[in-house]
Amino acid sequence: MSLKDHKAEIAHLIRSKSSKSKFGDKFFKALVIGASAYALLMVILVFYALGEGSLPILLKEGLHFIIGTDWNPVEGRESFGALPYIVGTLISSAIAMAIAVPISIGIAIFVNEMVPGKIGTILSFIVELLAAIPSIVYGLWALFVFRFYIRDYVEMPLHNAFGDNLSVFAKTPFGLDVFTAGIVLAIMIIPIISAVSREVIKAVPHSQKEAAYALGATRWEMAKSAILPYGKSGLLGASFLGLGRAIGETILVTMIIGNAVGLSAIPTTLFSPSQTLSSIIANEFNEASGDFQLSALIGLGLILFIMTLLINVIAIFIVSKVTKSNSNMRE
Amino acid sequence: MDKENENINYKSIVQGYVVKNARKRKTINSLITIVLFSFVVIAVMPLVSILIDVFRNGVTAFSLDFLILPPAAMGSADGGIGPAIQGTLMTVGFATVIGAPIGVLVGIYLSEYSSSSKRFAYFLRLFIDVLTGIPSVVVGIVGYITIVLTLGSFSIVAGAFVLSIIMIPIVARVSEETLKLIPNSLREAAYALGISKWKVVWHIVVKGSKSGITTGIVLAVSRIAGETAPLIMTILGTSLFFSGFSSPVDALPLRIWRLSSQPYSSAHEQGWGAALLLILLVLSLTIILRMVSQKRGFSLKATT
Repeated sequence: MSLKDHKAEIAHLIRSKSSKSKFGDKFFKALVIGASAYALLMVILVFYALGEGSLPILLKEGLHFIIGTDWNPVEGRESFGALPYIVGTLISSAIAMAIAVPISIGIAIFVNEMVPGKIGTILSFIVELLAAIPSIVYGLWALFVFRFYIRDYVEMPLHNAFGDNLSVFAKTPFGLDVFTAGIVLAIMIIPIISAVSREVIKAVPHSQKEAAYALGATRWEMAKSAILPYGKSGLLGASFLGLGRAIGETILVTMIIGNAVGLSAIPTTLFSPSQTLSSIIANEFNEASGDFQLSALIGLGLILFIMTLLINVIAIFIVSKVTKSNSNMRE
Repeated sequence: MDKENENINYKSIVQGYVVKNARKRKTINSLITIVLFSFVVIAVMPLVSILIDVFRNGVTAFSLDFLILPPAAMGSADGGIGPAIQGTLMTVGFATVIGAPIGVLVGIYLSEYSSSSKRFAYFLRLFIDVLTGIPSVVVGIVGYITIVLTLGSFSIVAGAFVLSIIMIPIVARVSEETLKLIPNSLREAAYALGISKWKVVWHIVVKGSKSGITTGIVLAVSRIAGETAPLIMTILGTSLFFSGFSSPVDALPLRIWRLSSQPYSSAHEQGWGAALLLILLVLSLTIILRMVSQKRGFSLKATT
């Protein structure tokens, strides 16, 4: 065989192989892009399905659906307003945030700055285990165990001490109310907020901390004067992520918030039963008697979706801006 | 002479002030340290209480019958959670079959192919984050409208579909993180040998981060195994074993919910038993994962 033949043979081999792998390249890239498009499609599907499903109730009720307070599924007299559940959602989440944010940020500062690294890692692992517990188990525990603690050791003393003078404590507590729901929600979001806060605090440049120490600051003074101002917006983003979770949480709230319906779902005291957007969906979805009630529940889902979307987008922008600028400024 | 005296006076005054002030500042520091430590204790106490109560109340319900029998009539202490265990295994299994490959492929796109189209990658990341933040009950509604209404019945198909939607963003973000950990020099070495891109991605990058990707998938599985709300409007719950792709199935979280809302203490005991099983499953997965990932030294921050 001559040299030329060899050359041709090799060239042929290479060509056939490269065309084969070119096909492989194209196929694999199509596969990967297809999967990504599927993920995008899911988000669009969420918008479409919620919009389509809630259209009947939006056309029927108009603005009244958002500001109305009645909830009447009886056929022929149907009337649905979402306001009580929006208020219930906001109040239970506000209670949760008021408790969870200071505690979570405190935990993040403590495990990152105040104890040696190894102990900090172990402590934060234990706190983050809380995030792994399914919310239905939280609900079961809150319903059969925790609400009695809260009622006997927190709500009753508050009611006895201030009930006569302050209207927020006026109602005799029963344990199934917006206050208990807020506390259990706080327990649930503490691991989320503190995990993100730890990342934010880790991103504070060492030079800032060392400068504070060099001026003779104690650990707390360092945290107050170096970490908190520097990580302010990151910690805000972390809190927003926790808020998004608290607003969307369903089954746990359904089990302990007392499930009031209509006007009475607007809590007048801390110890009143209430209802959130997600809990009324979980409660009534399978028992919805007419098309309008189902559409109203889907409409509540749409409101809930828009609320969490806004919160999450704000949180994502804040957190990504912070971590980006920090990674540029590090060292 | 006079001047020196003054100097000394000033010095002692300042020193005295600093010492007094330092004592105060140190006290504040230790007080706040104690307060922050008590925050950790406050956060950990519920975990301890949940674990103790679930074990104490759940362990009495455990028996072979409890694990394999279907639920008996309401109020009876007999029967078990067999269909719920079967339903959870099947629904989560099907969801993983759909969600895991798509999630991994999205992760591969974000890590390996995104440089060719920055704008698409930007939107994809944003949408994945949005998907992560959608409340699971809303995902359930979407599953109801798209699958249950189309097929005409509550079914395992709808349940697996909604759980896969919850799973995809988790798997995608963890996969992206782990794929990015493969050093570029490995990719360049492979390209230098003339290997085509998809083979580099598949044989070098993906196979090299196999254990990280597995971690992401298992993490997502442990998350969706505990979901309740989206299952209410997709698989509905039943007391029968699986009987076909167009009829309702049961799941552990749903069964716990139904049991807890019954007025019988025997039902509550069974609820605790089911919760114990669920928590054992989820926590053991989490702890194993944490140990593996700590050894390998990459963080799971994308998922929290």
